[in-house]
Amino acid sequence: MTTATPAPPQAPPLDLAARPTTNPYGLTAEQFEQLGEEMNAIRQRVLADRGQRDADYIRGIIRAQRGLEVAGRGLLWAGVVPPFWLAGTAALSLSKILDNMEIGHNVMHGQYEWMNDPKLSGKQFEWDTACPADQWRHSHNYMHHTHTNIVGKDRDIGYGILRMSEEQEWKPYYLGNPLWAALLATFFEYGVALHDLEVERMAEGEITLGDKRELLKGIGTKVRAQALKDYVFFPALSGPLFAFPLAGNATANIVRNLWSFTIIFCGHFPEGTHEFDEAETENETRGQWYHRQLLGSANLSGGPLFHILAGNLSFQIEHHLFPDLPANRYGEISVEVREICERYGLPYNVGPLHRQFGSVVKKIGRLALPDSPRSLVRGLGGAAGRAGSRLLGLGKRSVLALK
Amino acid sequence: MSPQLLPRRSLRFLEAVATPHGVDSYLEQIDPLLVAGECRAEVVGVERGTEESVTLTLRPNRAWQGFRAGQFVNVAVEIDGVRHQRCYSPTCVEGRGATVEITTKRHPEGLVSNFLVGRAEPGMVVGLSAGEGGFQLPDPRPASVLLIGGGSGITPLMAILRTLFAEGYEGPIALLYYAPDAERCIYGEELERLAAAHPNFQLLRSYTRAPGSGELDGHFDPTHLPESDPCFAEAETFACGPPALLDAVRGTWANGLEHRLHVESFVPPTFVPVGEPGEGAILFSQTGAGSGVEVANSGASLLEQAEAAGLTPAYGCRMGICHTCTCRKRAGTHKNLITGEVSSAPDEEIQLCVSAALGDLTVEL
Repeated sequence: MTTATPAPPQAPPLDLAARPTTNPYGLTAEQFEQLGEEMNAIRQRVLADRGQRDADYIRGIIRAQRGLEVAGRGLLWAGVVPPFWLAGTAALSLSKILDNMEIGHNVMHGQYEWMNDPKLSGKQFEWDTACPADQWRHSHNYMHHTHTNIVGKDRDIGYGILRMSEEQEWKPYYLGNPLWAALLATFFEYGVALHDLEVERMAEGEITLGDKRELLKGIGTKVRAQALKDYVFFPALSGPLFAFPLAGNATANIVRNLWSFTIIFCGHFPEGTHEFDEAETENETRGQWYHRQLLGSANLSGGPLFHILAGNLSFQIEHHLFPDLPANRYGEISVEVREICERYGLPYNVGPLHRQFGSVVKKIGRLALPDSPRSLVRGLGGAAGRAGSRLLGLGKRSVLALK
Repeated sequence: MSPQLLPRRSLRFLEAVATPHGVDSYLEQIDPLLVAGECRAEVVGVERGTEESVTLTLRPNRAWQGFRAGQFVNVAVEIDGVRHQRCYSPTCVEGRGATVEITTKRHPEGLVSNFLVGRAEPGMVVGLSAGEGGFQLPDPRPASVLLIGGGSGITPLMAILRTLFAEGYEGPIALLYYAPDAERCIYGEELERLAAAHPNFQLLRSYTRAPGSGELDGHFDPTHLPESDPCFAEAETFACGPPALLDAVRGTWANGLEHRLHVESFVPPTFVPVGEPGEGAILFSQTGAGSGVEVANSGASLLEQAEAAGLTPAYGCRMGICHTCTCRKRAGTHKNLITGEVSSAPDEEIQLCVSAALGDLTVEL
């Protein structure tokens, strides 16, 4: 340990409801069992029913995305004309949003693997963003979806740089929570790309940059190809007017970043979503797993176009219950899931975007500050301790140097 | 020989601006046949010769690499959103021609054959592979050729016949063709025409369910041979048909003549589970490599069995959620341990962690 001051005794929980617990609504063992069976039944029914309409759906979305992209690039080529620039930037933003959310995210979950089309194979798909697809599949499909909302295991909780849970001990660094969040939102594609780097563990000195060499190489290759395309090749096609497509491409990337950050942060962080404890979730049954996914996720209400642009992550609950069912089915399933929640007395967290995102923003602000005077002392103590030991280390090193 | 429409440098620039999806993924939105990296073909002719069979004329795109007479190609069709792939022997003259012809017979439970016989129509686009398999007419051409076919096993033999006649081959050719009756004799009329036009071609048919109406009677028997060609032992022999026919042929060619015999088995795909959990053997093969690790099927999930065999396939959640362990099953029947779904389809993506083998199974790690 690096703390110079002795660790204060564990504070008793201030607010029981906010503490992670595996069973806040008191379900019995049989109820967990039944819940598991009911969810399995939904899953099985949809699996058996997949067919032409799902294939047509995803191909239609891909077609729309390719069309928007070509139109956007074409308009931005002549981006010196203001209406062209605006329309081109809008089309390219939409294209990138569709590509990342409704196509990339969902195809990489294996939702369309049953079609047996190598182009829609979850393992081979690549998307139009900085994060290499194979790294995403590990950090998202496995780490996040298996260990959803387990503090310390699910790295989507704060992406290693934000404080999104009371369970993350407060440090003075988190005073910047709103600023870090705004930066993460703006450069979200890079935040996602660096997800597996575990920067917070580097800051703690647990791992070094060298440990992640392979990972960095993969990110470097992908980022380079993406940057060359958006910031060199396409602008170059406009010759001396390169600045217009360049600005349009950058804007489209940022629009996509802000949108995907907004949707994704509304998935698990609005008020009312539950967090879980690693020890308590060991050996959980399938029913308990479904229950954790239900309580840890929140939905967004809206129209059909909104759901498509949200990659159907507006049905985050259904997505977490059934991550590999075709996303175009989540809307239909949500009616049944909601009914099941009512019968078991479980909450079904849904609200319009402004309300859910508002509550996320509030949480980001609230968690920037220590939860209590005690956590302030502890946080400051920790920081002082770290600074102290660092100084001490420096001292030692200089003594050695003198020798 | 790869199709090259543009100079290499322009192509590299196009791929760089089309990253990460590739130029083809944009071109196919205009026309699925425009892609350069994948061979596809348009159905341009549909001829329903008999009630039970259909002959399709395919026009491949520029990625087509051709085939040798006797070889098979993989044809992929989409049925209810799912891509299915089956092997067919082209029946046309070999090479990289403008069209390819395939014939398929309806299998009672065959998903793809029923689809093609019942619903194939001009304009449909299918996936197409280059010719595969060692069953092929050698170069230079042999001095004499003997062909033995049963049922739809006639198809690769048709390609050999047509290729030889197109080349003006002058050596003796004999065909022993076994079909249930004259109605189910695929290519019957054309074979008669060829026999009439080419004195070096001897056509001998046996209708196994209508004795007395063909040149021969009954199933394959060595006594059929002297009638066809007294020097059959010197002829290069190509046999294709159901296993029983091939077994009988192999038995006849067993005395030092094996090197003259080329066989291709035409076994309809399996549609019912052939084994029980814990039966048979699992072959974990490596991508592209011929070798692999074979273990006795314990009935446990394929992931557990692979690990028990010392293999280290990628995995994640181990509960059927994350698809990290998805691999391609080449052959065999598997059961999804979560849904209970059983499937015998070849070439299918399966999740190792929640799949168990029913009988023999081959999976590519």
